[in-house]
Amino acid sequence: MTTTPTTPTPAGSSLREALQATDHRRRRTDRIMRGLIIAAFVLAMIPLLSLSWTVVSRGIGRLDSYFLLNSMRGVFGGMDAGGIYHAIVGTLEITLFAALISVPIGIMAAIYLVEYGAGKPLAKLVTFLVDVMTGIPSIVAGLFAYALFALLLGPGAKFGAIGSVALSVLMIPVVIRSSEEMLRLVPNELREASLALGVPRWLTIVKVVLRTSVAGLTTGVMLAIARVIGETAPLLLTVGVVDSINFNLFEGRMMTLPVYVYRQYAQGLVPCTEGDASCIADINLQRAWAAALTLFLIVMVLNLIGRLVTRFFAPKIR
Amino acid sequence: MAQRIDVKDLNIYYGAFKAVEDVNMTIEPRSVTAFIGPSGCGKSTFLRTLNRMHEVIPGARVEGTVAVEGVDLYGAEIDPVAVRRQVGMVFQRPNPFPTMSIAENVLAGVRLNNRRISKGDANDLVEASLRGANLWNEVKDRLDRPGSGLSGGQQQRLCIARAIAVKPQVLLMDEPCSALDPISTLAIEDLIAELKSEYTIVIVTHNMQQAARVSERTAFFNIAGTGQPGKLIEIDDTATMFSSPKEQATEDYISGRFG
Amino acid sequence: MTSTQPRTAGPTEPVKPGATARRLRSGHGDRGGSRVFRWVATGAGVLILLILAAVAVFLIQRAWPALTADSADLSDAVSWFPDDTSLLGFVGPLIFGTLLAAAVSLLIATPIAIGIALFTSHYAPRKLANALGYVVDLLAAIPSVVYGLWGGLVLSPIVQPVWEFLNQYLGWIPFFGGVVSPTGRVMMTVAVVLAVMILPIITAICREVFLQTPRLHEEAALALGATQWEVVRMAVLPFARSGIVSAAMLGLGRALGETMAVLMILSPGFLYSFRLLEAGQQQTIAANIAAQFPEANQTGVATLIATGLALFIITLAVNMAARAIVARRKDFSGAN
Repeated sequence: MTTTPTTPTPAGSSLREALQATDHRRRRTDRIMRGLIIAAFVLAMIPLLSLSWTVVSRGIGRLDSYFLLNSMRGVFGGMDAGGIYHAIVGTLEITLFAALISVPIGIMAAIYLVEYGAGKPLAKLVTFLVDVMTGIPSIVAGLFAYALFALLLGPGAKFGAIGSVALSVLMIPVVIRSSEEMLRLVPNELREASLALGVPRWLTIVKVVLRTSVAGLTTGVMLAIARVIGETAPLLLTVGVVDSINFNLFEGRMMTLPVYVYRQYAQGLVPCTEGDASCIADINLQRAWAAALTLFLIVMVLNLIGRLVTRFFAPKIR
Repeated sequence: MAQRIDVKDLNIYYGAFKAVEDVNMTIEPRSVTAFIGPSGCGKSTFLRTLNRMHEVIPGARVEGTVAVEGVDLYGAEIDPVAVRRQVGMVFQRPNPFPTMSIAENVLAGVRLNNRRISKGDANDLVEASLRGANLWNEVKDRLDRPGSGLSGGQQQRLCIARAIAVKPQVLLMDEPCSALDPISTLAIEDLIAELKSEYTIVIVTHNMQQAARVSERTAFFNIAGTGQPGKLIEIDDTATMFSSPKEQATEDYISGRFG
Repeated sequence: MTSTQPRTAGPTEPVKPGATARRLRSGHGDRGGSRVFRWVATGAGVLILLILAAVAVFLIQRAWPALTADSADLSDAVSWFPDDTSLLGFVGPLIFGTLLAAAVSLLIATPIAIGIALFTSHYAPRKLANALGYVVDLLAAIPSVVYGLWGGLVLSPIVQPVWEFLNQYLGWIPFFGGVVSPTGRVMMTVAVVLAVMILPIITAICREVFLQTPRLHEEAALALGATQWEVVRMAVLPFARSGIVSAAMLGLGRALGETMAVLMILSPGFLYSFRLLEAGQQQTIAANIAAQFPEANQTGVATLIATGLALFIITLAVNMAARAIVARRKDFSGAN
């Protein structure tokens, strides 16, 4: 222990110095990095706050029952009229139909992965493909749905169900991921207890595994719906735009909320003639903000309900 | 290079829970002091207050004084980072940094304070520290290989080398052999016997034979029941503690009647 | 299904001990029910495989006319298809624009995401950290069209002076050179919005990995007299390196495919240009599809689907690489 480059041993009162001696360079680095890390967080909050604030403050003015209960039929120019009823109808129908397709497939596939597939090559492949599917860009999903129906019905078909198929491609992997996670949380003891009572495998899954994890599955589905309900690009490609109400998923174009937002935004300012009081130049943007606020609220409520379901209805198994 | 430690009226808390109560003891320089006692009696918690590692757990705090040569480690002017430099620590499970080579592991602490250490000095320090930890002959040909490739006992000696490379005053060891096989344990015990000529060593152990073999002084901690704070029952020369302890509880524990 | 038989044999009740005896008697039928159920579940798994295969097949099938067509025919049939270029020459700048947007947004997002993740995993008190993690998750919940609206109407005018400033003082860097757009609807603004959008996913993964850092290694650093930042540098970051890389790759995958924010903010161009502050320079594949598709004719659609195929392949490669890194990391940390 003789070849030491460090300072000689402090003794007695010099120990006090050693204990008090903070290396200023190191302490400064520590403080700077702490500052940067906190700054990173604050920086990320700025867009969130700015976005929430503008959406609410610019959208609230036009968001009333008239806006919610009227379509854009017969609305043109800078008219102080028009609403999103047709878009709400379209969004609800298309998203629910997408959920109708995705949830059974997603949950069954998750059951396969957790209950039957463990360790099998097919299950590994499926897990991998689900990962891949999670990464499919939404616009590609739209193209796929378009191509599929072009093959079945000839090119140019545009109606709600095609949009639902496109959304399903995006939704299925999300449902599988979250369901898989929830099913894995069910303790094996419960399954074994049920099987030991002579309950067949499939009833064990339905009555024990699914029942135990129903809250978690619901949350997963809610969050998946929240994720796809704001999708714009695939619907733009497959469902198109329309100004009037269409309840039929299988015929004719439909309007949806996100596409409505985009459409109003894209139309931009209206050229009003000087002194025309009935013409509002930025009416399209006002409608875009109000529709964006509606969409924003729907997504937030879905998220909130999803989390609350887990919090209040989850069985206490951990 | 070794200092006396005086502990006065020390209470240790985790949030509202008092984990250790009213400890008073003196730890002699250039000797080995062993802490024994049943699980959960607070001996490891107490050990971690000696280099202010206790307070990194959220909500943990300490009342009382821990003085090294009269300097209170919990004084207002004291920098906990500097304290941990002066009071080194070796943990229950060997924990070399997995992404660093053997040599880098030894130098890890030194580089914090002295980034521009010359290559020659660095090599000398690596050799001196590894020799000090009885590891040099086993690893001198593979200093640039990852530390995680060594055996458990070698890893633990690497951790000791890393701790003594920064020239601490005191070396704390928290059950350093509990994860090791008997041969490696023996190697560590031999090392402790050599190190005590230069360092004040405090070791927590579950193994009473080990306490008897390596230590000059032994402190017995006990706990009245779950939820109660741990207490120092008695501290004395190891020979006295194992032959004629003053307290009944100590005798019961040492003779294996509980714990 | 035969499984309903035992129900009718006794009083209706859920599965409980009483049912066991009946189940045993009718054991054979139940196995049939079990088998059907297993088939259905397996079928759902196989369906995933089929869907993915179908995506690839249909895209290729629809893109085929464009892939095989003569470039002269393409420019005749499609109004926005440039003359004297092959399909590759058309897709090239789009791929370039897509990669550029994703890369710049990643460059902005990754350090911030690492900062936020460190803040929530190692700096903030536990309770606060959970609440903050939730807030960051909210960023992921906001629909992309709302981001686009905000980026186009709110952010662009705000950042435009900043871009002026960058151009004036750092204009010698190619990225900041050229003529600054007076509207702020440029690639740099797009990249900022994309960065905000991919921030949550990168943050979430980084945070997870940081929290997995072995306590042993952090304590080893602390006991050597490391400050908090030095603990992060010695123990946390080396441990998390591959996790950070794969998080960034997943973020990249998201940014590559994002449509609306680009479509609503960027004033597009079809150049191989690095000028982030000038208008009319670049365009991404996804935004180009969304912009042209509704009005495109047969050949136009085929051309757009061909570009979509390119996007699909790029994102597939990026995501697979990210997953491969994650998987290797799992093997590695399993040994620990």
